[in-house]
Amino acid sequence: MWQQLYAELKDKGFMVVAVAEESRGADHARPWIEQASSDYWQLIDTEHRLEDLYNLVNVPQAIWIDEQGRIVRPPETAGSTDHFRRMDLETRTMSPEDQAERQAARQAYLDAVRAWVDTGKHALSADATRAGLPKVTPAIAEARARFRLGVWLRTHGNTVEGDRQMNEASSLHPDSWSLWRQAADLDEVGKASGMEFWKRVKALGDQPYYPPPKL
Amino acid sequence: MTVVLTPTEQFDVEARDGLWMAAVDAERVTGWTLKPEGMCRAELCVPLPASVTNGTEVDVEAFWKKLGAPVIASEARDVWALGAPADERNAALEGLQAPDFTLPDIDGTPRSLSQLRGKKVFLATWASW
Repeated sequence: MWQQLYAELKDKGFMVVAVAEESRGADHARPWIEQASSDYWQLIDTEHRLEDLYNLVNVPQAIWIDEQGRIVRPPETAGSTDHFRRMDLETRTMSPEDQAERQAARQAYLDAVRAWVDTGKHALSADATRAGLPKVTPAIAEARARFRLGVWLRTHGNTVEGDRQMNEASSLHPDSWSLWRQAADLDEVGKASGMEFWKRVKALGDQPYYPPPKL
Repeated sequence: MTVVLTPTEQFDVEARDGLWMAAVDAERVTGWTLKPEGMCRAELCVPLPASVTNGTEVDVEAFWKKLGAPVIASEARDVWALGAPADERNAALEGLQAPDFTLPDIDGTPRSLSQLRGKKVFLATWASW
């Protein structure tokens, strides 16, 4: 997904780390990774540790980190848009206008990454970065622990209790699409983008599924 | 044996009555050391009431809750998850130093964010679902 960007910028002290939030494990992610034939890091995160550490709620989200290891942009949507919400569910296609807008938004995001690498543009001040960080609440912290236990129970054969823990995790942190969709996917591949998913997306109303980055 | 899951590790420990365990195991699992002042990590000590330690063992469930952090047990109380305290996560992020992590690549080679110091890093998630 990021190979072209990486190839273009790698000689300018730039690295891409792509993390698969994939509780089914490396073998499940392998076909996508092999197809991407990328030479940046492709890591497997079966426990969704990165989401715990960085308080993430969906994929794809990105964090920009500078040469000193400092966060210069908080977690935000990485190139995706909400145009998919208007797609024709029968044919799974978007209107040409929506496709063009979606492509333009993605391009604008990639251009922002290029500008950051070239000139430092779009790196936020410490205060602005902090202001963009979503707060971890005690409910979110509990959701992470329940999710961790749920994944462990599932991988050790206790599906029923594992599911119960994961469902509780999702209720405690309803803003996290990752918790809900990962649990749905573990239940059955494809379920994460099935009828229940669309019902949940519809219930968002005017709220974004992919909040646009504030570039 | 009781399984204790922390955000990054898994421990198999001898525990009784929930998460009562030897101080040495409590240290292994939590990173906090039992001292006369309480449970200590670096310069910081959290005093423990007599109901949470008997001098050689610690009730890790009670201690962890005292830190304001989640403790979740399986129905059979043989697998426990100790979550990170929300305050600790927020403080780490607000410090703006990107939290380090180590995760395997597709071949199982562990990779750490800290290995990339000196580069601009675009850290992005994805999933098949």
